[in-house]
Amino acid sequence: MSRRTIALFALAAFLLALVAGLGTPTARAQSGPIKIGFLSPLTGAASALGKDMLNGTELYLDEIGRTVAGRKIELIVEDTEGNTQTALTKARKLVDQDHVHILSGGLLASTGYAIHPFAEAQKIPTTYPVMSSDDLTQRKPAKWVVRTGWNSSQSTHALGDWVIKNTKYRKIATVAADYAFGWESVGGFQRTFEEGGGQIIQKVWVPLNTNDFAPFLSQVKRDSDAVFAVFFGKLALQFMKEYENSGLKGRVPLLSNGTTVDESVLPQMGDEALGTISTLHYSAALENPTNQRFAKAFEAKAGKIPSYYAETCYTNARWIAEAIKAVSGKVEDREALLAALRKVELKDFPRGPVKIDTFGNPVQNVYIRKVERVGGKLQNTVFFTYPNVSQFWKYNPEEYLKAPLYTRDYPPCKAC
Amino acid sequence: MSSEFWIIQTFNGLSYGALLFLLASGLSLIFGVMRVVNLAHGSYFMLGGYVGLSVVWRTGSFAAAVLAGGVAIGLIGIGMERLFLRRLPGQTLGQVLMTIGFALIFQDLALLIWGGDPYSIPVPRFLQGAVKAGALSFPAYRIFIIVVAVVVAALLWLALDQTRAGARIRAAVDDGEMAQGVGINVPVLSLAVFALGACLAAAGGVIGGAFLGVYPGADFEVLPYAFVVVIVGGLGSLPGAMVGSLLVGLLDNFGKALFPELSYFTLFAPMALILALRPTGLFGRA
Amino acid sequence: MTRRPGVLVGVAVVVVAAAAVAPWLPSYPLTLLTQAMIVAILAMSLDVLLGFTGLPSLGHAAYFGVAAYAVAILTTERQSGFVVCLIAGVVFAAVAAALFGLIAIRATGTYFLMITLALGMVVWGLAFRWVSLTKGDNGISGVPRPDLGLPWSFWGPLPFFYFSLVCAVVALALLGLIVASPFGMSLKGIRESESRMRILGYNVWLHKYLAFVIAGTFAGFSGVLWAYYNGFVSPVDVQLVTSVEALLMVALGGQGTLLGPAVGAALIVFLKNFVSVYTKRWLLILGAVYIGVILFAPRGLAGAFHRRSS
Repeated sequence: MSRRTIALFALAAFLLALVAGLGTPTARAQSGPIKIGFLSPLTGAASALGKDMLNGTELYLDEIGRTVAGRKIELIVEDTEGNTQTALTKARKLVDQDHVHILSGGLLASTGYAIHPFAEAQKIPTTYPVMSSDDLTQRKPAKWVVRTGWNSSQSTHALGDWVIKNTKYRKIATVAADYAFGWESVGGFQRTFEEGGGQIIQKVWVPLNTNDFAPFLSQVKRDSDAVFAVFFGKLALQFMKEYENSGLKGRVPLLSNGTTVDESVLPQMGDEALGTISTLHYSAALENPTNQRFAKAFEAKAGKIPSYYAETCYTNARWIAEAIKAVSGKVEDREALLAALRKVELKDFPRGPVKIDTFGNPVQNVYIRKVERVGGKLQNTVFFTYPNVSQFWKYNPEEYLKAPLYTRDYPPCKAC
Repeated sequence: MSSEFWIIQTFNGLSYGALLFLLASGLSLIFGVMRVVNLAHGSYFMLGGYVGLSVVWRTGSFAAAVLAGGVAIGLIGIGMERLFLRRLPGQTLGQVLMTIGFALIFQDLALLIWGGDPYSIPVPRFLQGAVKAGALSFPAYRIFIIVVAVVVAALLWLALDQTRAGARIRAAVDDGEMAQGVGINVPVLSLAVFALGACLAAAGGVIGGAFLGVYPGADFEVLPYAFVVVIVGGLGSLPGAMVGSLLVGLLDNFGKALFPELSYFTLFAPMALILALRPTGLFGRA
Repeated sequence: MTRRPGVLVGVAVVVVAAAAVAPWLPSYPLTLLTQAMIVAILAMSLDVLLGFTGLPSLGHAAYFGVAAYAVAILTTERQSGFVVCLIAGVVFAAVAAALFGLIAIRATGTYFLMITLALGMVVWGLAFRWVSLTKGDNGISGVPRPDLGLPWSFWGPLPFFYFSLVCAVVALALLGLIVASPFGMSLKGIRESESRMRILGYNVWLHKYLAFVIAGTFAGFSGVLWAYYNGFVSPVDVQLVTSVEALLMVALGGQGTLLGPAVGAALIVFLKNFVSVYTKRWLLILGAVYIGVILFAPRGLAGAFHRRSS
């Protein structure tokens, strides 16, 4: 056979397989499995986080035998490849082809903003366990999206308050990743900190693609009382190293948001991270019984301690299961399922008690933690708890929403 | 801006430029001899770092890590050149596209073997800490990188300038056909240069791995920098690579420190400008 | 693409068949086909530059992205209508190509690759860091589907599919006319031997420059549709990897055939989205496919099907 013929046959076979694979609509049945569509970055730069997200989800579902209200649960996982365009395409596949009853997951902030209108248009109950952009549940809420995780400024509001009340730091420099997550985290901290009499004296913004932190850390004012940092993933690792190398460690105390010392990167850090005070709605070192059980089970499954990504997806899975129970398994009634998602309220998640506010964001504990070495391993020891923290801190929601969203230039850095 | 600021930033820029030299000198040489634009060069850097990481975990020796990284990736480079690139003599586009295919494969293999977590190679004990000069503090490791780059640059220069093999390489860079005609075994030379380039990049990856870390995505993060150095300095030119990496290291550093909003623009715009005025780069030849 | 009537008939058959089958396709394959067609326009535009003029560009996504951002910004900030956005997007892309072309056309071969790479990176750097304009890494979301005043809403996958099909056919027709014209013939001559064309009295620089601008303009057209299709634009659309993918589509499909790259684009869209459903190793497979194609089918699929008449 000539090469041409072989090529033709190969192409034809490929196309047939394509159409066959893509074209078969999956059956919908009342008694069939409940399908949960889960978007996660399984490949690409964020794949370690995606794996945590998946492991957390699967851990919970396996614990309940993948059955709720008498129906089997089918978890359909799609790889977002760490980019939003792909996440959108896969979301379409999950909803249009796999006919999932619930859409969940997602990592990047841009994915959160892009899926919002999609969920509204498709009228599909959606939960965001990880995506934390403030505005998704503030000035741009979506009826069909419920957050089961957190929002960026929720915990940093608390830290600003804690610093005022428990330390003498009154002049702080911020060093944060230069994108919305960084801006919002800094904004929350700055607001409560400055309202309590503190001053942000410098804001250093680090572009996401940075690998050498030296040019940024060498600018930090050495007479600051403390530095507040916002990073995640490999940036957090590089930041910590350079914080030590640049001579700041030991000279200027380090405060940070939760992701900078999250358990997804903490094990790869060394002594340079010790003493860092951070804030988040979770810590793997929490001592409540649910968390201790969860952490042990997660470590057995994944071979590492749970990060917040793992816990939030574990809780997310349970959240969905509770909502399904509340509608007695009748997930085809989307409005009812959505209403149930918004009503879930439990006290014994690994992170503690959680309920949802009217905007679709969790109200939960925020923990102030310190990096310590316990039993030879680094952990985020919790030493203070703020209960019932909402996304609006202690402000009136209407007043809060009149002010602009936290951005690079808001709140303005008056003392910079 | 205090004089401290300028001194520290210059030092940082020099150390970053030193690392870039290790990365980019190989790319420039590969192009010079083989006219191949190797888009897998960033992958060599990253893979070298990963191999070095594994060696450090097993043996605890940083030196062994650098050696192992260099050798392992050098071998991969040889494989790529001998088994694949050599089948496309003179096809610029085909070779570029092929190197991209390899870059994708390497990226996925790295994910498969080492997982997606970011790691950092531990700095050997004698290189920790800093050298203090008054109020200024210069991390010992960065001084080490500069020293390594200078030594490598000197060795390369000497080799190219003073040895027979170097003369052959220079001849091949100048005019490959003529060199072949004069009896120089250009294919073997190409292979050797390719391996050397890969080796250097990988060693750079291990050394860089101690302060930049080793993580998925490092390959495409570092590749544009390698290209800027080579474009600015001129393809195929060792002095070009030296000047280029210094320039890029300093520009990038000062750009980020002084104009953080425009940080990538301050890097790529001068590059585009130099190209517009002198398409072959500062030291390159057509 | 030649003047052979058989090819035209073949294209017409495929288009009509696609249009006829579409209403029966489930919406996911339909959206993938839509995506394929939009990207096919990008691939065809690059083919004009690479396949017909012999200039390999590693920065073609820049014009694609400039237009996409133009649409995203205009629709979200000023609620501009389709016609305004289309014109703005295409014009911005053309202007960018006109500016960059002045810098790039001075070089050939590898240096052209490098310069276009550099220019592409400049655009990426701007998209990434000019946050007040482009929202940086977050991207711009909320781009609505165009409203042409027709009774069918483009929010539905089927109407938007037909819309994209029409656009793709228009682009193919226009590009086909351009490459079949005397101008197009001169481009092919330049690809074969610049010096010969110069001796024959052609203004080679001008021809190359025009080809560059035309390629950029049509890439812009593709970018406009892409912004509407996704409803979202981000620096990923102008990054190096996107430019590389466009090159690969042309190489896979077969340079200098227009239709080849269109098919190449469709194949890569399906490969990326289809393969990643079944395995996490889609990147490995993609890389292997690229290498395989370059080694065993250097003329691409079009080359495997018929011998190109030079």
